[in-house]
Amino acid sequence: MLAKRIIPCLDVTNGRVVKGVNFTELRDAGDPVEIARRYDEQGADELTFLDITASSDNRGLILDIIEAVASQVFIPLTVGGGVREVGDVRRLLNAGADKISLNTSAVSNPQLVHDASQKHGSQCIIVAIDAKQVAPGKWEVFTHGGRKATGLDAVEWARKMEAMGAGELLLTSMDRDGTKSGFDLELTRAVSDAVSVPVIASGGVGGLQDLADGIIKGRADAVLAASIFHYGQHTVQEAKRFMAQQGIPMRLA
Amino acid sequence: MKKIVVVDYGMGNLRSVAQALRAVAPEADIVISGEAAAIENADRLVLPGQGAMRDCMKSLREAGIEEALRRAAASKPLLGVCIGEQMLFGESEEGGEGLNLLPGKIVRFRLDGQLQEDGSRFKVPQMGWNQVRQTSPHPIWQGIADDAYFYFVHSYHVQPEQSAHSIGETVYGASFCCAVARDNIVATQFHPEKSAAAGLQLYKNFVHWNP
Repeated sequence: MLAKRIIPCLDVTNGRVVKGVNFTELRDAGDPVEIARRYDEQGADELTFLDITASSDNRGLILDIIEAVASQVFIPLTVGGGVREVGDVRRLLNAGADKISLNTSAVSNPQLVHDASQKHGSQCIIVAIDAKQVAPGKWEVFTHGGRKATGLDAVEWARKMEAMGAGELLLTSMDRDGTKSGFDLELTRAVSDAVSVPVIASGGVGGLQDLADGIIKGRADAVLAASIFHYGQHTVQEAKRFMAQQGIPMRLA
Repeated sequence: MKKIVVVDYGMGNLRSVAQALRAVAPEADIVISGEAAAIENADRLVLPGQGAMRDCMKSLREAGIEEALRRAAASKPLLGVCIGEQMLFGESEEGGEGLNLLPGKIVRFRLDGQLQEDGSRFKVPQMGWNQVRQTSPHPIWQGIADDAYFYFVHSYHVQPEQSAHSIGETVYGASFCCAVARDNIVATQFHPEKSAAAGLQLYKNFVHWNP
């Protein structure tokens, strides 16, 4: 049976892993390679690296970090942040990334999602959606690390990105991100039921029950979390055992 | 020293494959190459692949290595991975035709309208870790538990004409063939280079396999 996935997320800026609250107030959380190796040993199903300041600061790609991590961990790696053209996608894949996440550039240039998935296959093109609730049952897409409103409806945008060739969606609730109050389950469920590609829930995990709820109530295919793992509150292994006890199919190491 | 060539025709995650081989066979000479001469001099070959099969076949032909690969596949140990597995077969529903080294075709998951146990839809591509049932003994499975998890990312899968060529199955909506073998050829739909310890063991088995 296909297992649900746990994906620790490493927010990277200036070559370090950081953790913020609502996309600001960044705190240092450690060396990317060291953290990646630790999660690999704990049985993480994938790792996601987000260069969180790449778009706003117009900074380049994090190729060297990806190369270093890919030489030591043998699980799928996703990279996002600052990807602007098909050439960026190719460079990141060549450095050892398995999937590339597009966010700001998918909004400013939806054709990029189409072109990149045509060229490299939709299996390696993820569209990241940062969404904020604007009315009951309504969420708006934001870009530039959550600083810029787009006027796009999150559920419609998810459908459009699937049609353009996205192979997976990384859905972050900006209202919940860094708050430890759990995923926005209503948003997660709305998007997951609207598309046929896998959905990764993100933003707001404070404890193990939040992870299980993202799968059971939010119907996500994978759950992404950062701080509960970075600061040693829980290991990935503990999280997997907890979720398996609730009947969720998990790959237990 | 063993020379293992990871066949480079411009498609696929070659570095990951090479790194996995280096991790399990530090004594071997691991080369990523798209040269016919390198393929001819290799002791064994890995054929990776990513994206659409038609594009992979087109790139293989444009690289001018189809014939070298066919000759090598007649005798050398060859491991196909993902689209590299699909390319060993014939016609694909995605479009295009493979190398026809093994009889069979490539079909898309047919899961429309089917729901998973929890009531949610089946997602395509199948993306993530799923269990592999070893339906037939093969040296490639040595030291790997039956029903071990491997990492999959795909919307299409092979359908061998001869059941004897299938050595592994996975269930996603229905059971499908995820690993094949015949003589000196073995191939998997899943990505062993992304499947942690079980995947590294499979590469190790391949490096030491003498069909």
